[in-house]
Amino acid sequence: MFGLKADWSLDVQDRYFTLEDYEGAQPRWCTGCGDHGVLTAVQKVCREAQLAPEKIVNVSGIGCSSRLPHYMKTYGFHGLHGRALPFASGIKARRPDLDVWVSTGDGDCFSIGGCHWIHGIRYNIDMVVLVFDNAIYGLTKNQTSPTTPKDYGTSTHPTGSFLPAMNPLTITLGITNVSFVAQVVDWNPLLVYETIKMAHAHRGTSFVRIIQRCPVFVEDIHKEMMDDPSQILLLKHENGIPTNEAVERIYPNQVVHDPSDWSGAMNIARDESRVPCGLLYHDPEAPVYDDWSNVGMDMSDEEKIAGVNKALDSFSI
Amino acid sequence: MTKQATAQKSNVAEISAGKPKRIEEHIIEVVSDSGEGAQKCGQTFGIVSGKMGNGVWTVEIIPAEIQPPARSQEGASGVRIRLGSKYVTNMGDQADLVVALNEQVLYNRIVNGAFRKGTVVLLENKWADDPQPAIREQYAAALADFKERGLVIHELPLEKECLKIVKNARQGKNMFVLGMLCRIYSRDTQRALDEIAKVFARKGEKVIKPNHELFKAGYQYAAENLEYHYEVPPEHEGIQKPTVVTNGNTAVGLGILASGMDMLAMYPITPATSVSHYVSEVFHHTGGFMHQAEDEIAAVAYAVGSSFAGRTAVTVTSGPGMALKTEILGLAVMCEVPLVVVNVQRGGPATGQPTKIEQGDLLSAIYSMPGDAPKIVMAPATISECFHFVITARKLAEAFRTPVIILTDANLATAVQPYDRPEPQAEWLSAPIDQSEWDKNIPPYDWDDETGLSPRPIPGQPGGEYVLTGLAHTKRSKVAYDSMSNQIGCNMRSRKMAAFAATLQRPEIYGDKEGDMLVVSWGSTMGAVKEAVDRMRSEGHKVSNVHLRFLHPFEKDLKEIFSKFKKVMTVELNYSDDPDMPLITDATRRYAQLANILRHHTLLDIDCWSIVQAAPLQPGMICEAVLGRLKKLN
Repeated sequence: MFGLKADWSLDVQDRYFTLEDYEGAQPRWCTGCGDHGVLTAVQKVCREAQLAPEKIVNVSGIGCSSRLPHYMKTYGFHGLHGRALPFASGIKARRPDLDVWVSTGDGDCFSIGGCHWIHGIRYNIDMVVLVFDNAIYGLTKNQTSPTTPKDYGTSTHPTGSFLPAMNPLTITLGITNVSFVAQVVDWNPLLVYETIKMAHAHRGTSFVRIIQRCPVFVEDIHKEMMDDPSQILLLKHENGIPTNEAVERIYPNQVVHDPSDWSGAMNIARDESRVPCGLLYHDPEAPVYDDWSNVGMDMSDEEKIAGVNKALDSFSI
Repeated sequence: MTKQATAQKSNVAEISAGKPKRIEEHIIEVVSDSGEGAQKCGQTFGIVSGKMGNGVWTVEIIPAEIQPPARSQEGASGVRIRLGSKYVTNMGDQADLVVALNEQVLYNRIVNGAFRKGTVVLLENKWADDPQPAIREQYAAALADFKERGLVIHELPLEKECLKIVKNARQGKNMFVLGMLCRIYSRDTQRALDEIAKVFARKGEKVIKPNHELFKAGYQYAAENLEYHYEVPPEHEGIQKPTVVTNGNTAVGLGILASGMDMLAMYPITPATSVSHYVSEVFHHTGGFMHQAEDEIAAVAYAVGSSFAGRTAVTVTSGPGMALKTEILGLAVMCEVPLVVVNVQRGGPATGQPTKIEQGDLLSAIYSMPGDAPKIVMAPATISECFHFVITARKLAEAFRTPVIILTDANLATAVQPYDRPEPQAEWLSAPIDQSEWDKNIPPYDWDDETGLSPRPIPGQPGGEYVLTGLAHTKRSKVAYDSMSNQIGCNMRSRKMAAFAATLQRPEIYGDKEGDMLVVSWGSTMGAVKEAVDRMRSEGHKVSNVHLRFLHPFEKDLKEIFSKFKKVMTVELNYSDDPDMPLITDATRRYAQLANILRHHTLLDIDCWSIVQAAPLQPGMICEAVLGRLKKLN
């Protein structure tokens, strides 16, 4: 930096990261898939925060969204269907220095990983959880997901899905110790970037539901919303996701919502006539599980041996 | 029993006035309803005896429910203590003396074959005068039945005696019984009083004092009213070297601490949970963290996450939990993540028998995962090994970049035995996480062609960035789209097992190196099997034993060792078809689990004998089974 060789002084930050430093393999998502934009936003947030790539771990389950770690040039853990959250929690448990990101989808998080979703939110471990919700199982080819609209035809329900779609926002908001809930649509890159940036800055589990296009299987669901921006309700507040005039011009329906207002957030989430975009809920003070799991990490070998001896002594005869 | 009553029963040979009768060993049981403190009584007796230098093995008798109905057979709660002059390695055969706080719980032990003709029963007699006629009738009927079965019954007014000291005899009878037992077996009373003070230390003098009084009263009562009086002189007086007394689950917990692992992720499951109870109580001594996960799957996933990030973790579970963890264990094999898994086996399948012993998870530990998923499987044989195997397992997990499964069982979990106090070493602890720069040219799976081994980049190491994936992958951890990558990955993971097997030694042969019969065993049955082999050898039979501690891969030279015997059979606590059962032929017979794998490992016709009767093996049963097979041989 500044024309100086880095090793001249240890105090000078010798590494500046560009977008390229976060770019892994060439993404293999379909053309027009909303995942591409989210990946770009994640890389931009990493660059903005100048995160060292070796300190980042991208964790995922299974599905289209869960391929994201492969497309980042960081550490990654492409695990098993539904289990991204417990893997990520374990990674973070004794490594507070690592920046942990989870990429998951509507099937991965809300269905097969449902139990971990509920408890993950409650643990409130410091990580970003991006749910790529395209309302369909994509990678396994067009099966009904928990968020597939009622009556929508899929390979497993050709005459239409039986049940009303699950509302992940009300569920997440209803979990004790929830600390950050935001929603965004993938086709507004600025909002996606600002939302992920704010999610990353929050200490705790930042839950971001990204309504995401799947042009192959459910193009019509999202096309309707893209063509008619009035279906979206833009949430505005000084403590919310920053917006600008351009964004505000697109979405005629707007509401001022204080993200510390849980009841207000719940009411917005429950009203399914509009798709809220922005920060629904934020509690920076919610207890984080890391504060328990990190305890004792600085203990020396001598202290540990003394500790084992102490434990053994209580059984000595 | 009064002295007058004794006179009437003077034909009972063991009764003698004056000097205690010298005996080599005795098996004692205390049985009661749940919550009457029988276990505390038995464990204290065991510790006092251990301190005196005696061999001791205690095992808890645990009902399935927390508060089962009082005076019910299935609600029997208690403890068995095998006390000997020499080192004791198992719970033995039938009991010699039993203290029972009601007659119904005795039936539980009778149906479990715990008693023989002549077993002495010291029975609480308050039920004879119970206000409820039904109870009085039950008591009288049982008494008649016990006598018919050949039990030697003495009715004692335990409740009445205890009420002289405390208001609620239910919470004190156990110390009265302890006093009685200490008199009967000539235990050191001062040691017993000290031990009682230790047990109730937290509750203070207010509780210690009445318990001391109860103990003394029990001692006095036995001295005045019972003429059972024995002496079990220890081979060596007192403690010879630093000794600890724990059960197997506590030993596993201590092993976790001593191994340097600082992460235990678990979900409650009997009979494994007490490991985590203990660890969570003391983990702060070594700076560790115990995570109670939302389910078994999350527990192992959390542990795998921690291991991936550089801190090798452990998860502790039992059969049904293992079933749930299977998929993630497969991922750990596929992605070569070190991990220690302790499976405290119980009866299966399904929920099976949660509090009962079985060695039924050997095959599933080795083979349950989809595809080829080789990993190390080992089984401690003693409580001391429960401690040391955890330390070994962590090292193996890291050196071979693999999950290591430790199979203990419900018997090791709750049995208590004195053993040499381990001396914690710095080398047992895990190394600090390597955060140095990783050479970018070295892929995350830089498999050595000879051994399949490779170094592992840890998140935080600059230059080592890679994406772990459960999909078939190349050495760069890239999703494999070609046909050979999967073959190579499988080759390498399997080669690690061969490389590890090469480091194992030949197992020790207990007895002669050749003979008529070799009994092969594994896990917690070692003590009972060796004792049975000793008995058979002392009767002139040419029987030896090999006990295996590594089940996958196996220790060396098994085929060569086996081929020196006319017959080889395993003795196990899992299901196998009895060859004499209907429809069972050579073609249909299903073998016990170790026999099954030894047969294909050695291509020898290895026989087996195994039962699943919810209890540890008794040496007598093993003798009978082995001698039966020997007879057919000759």
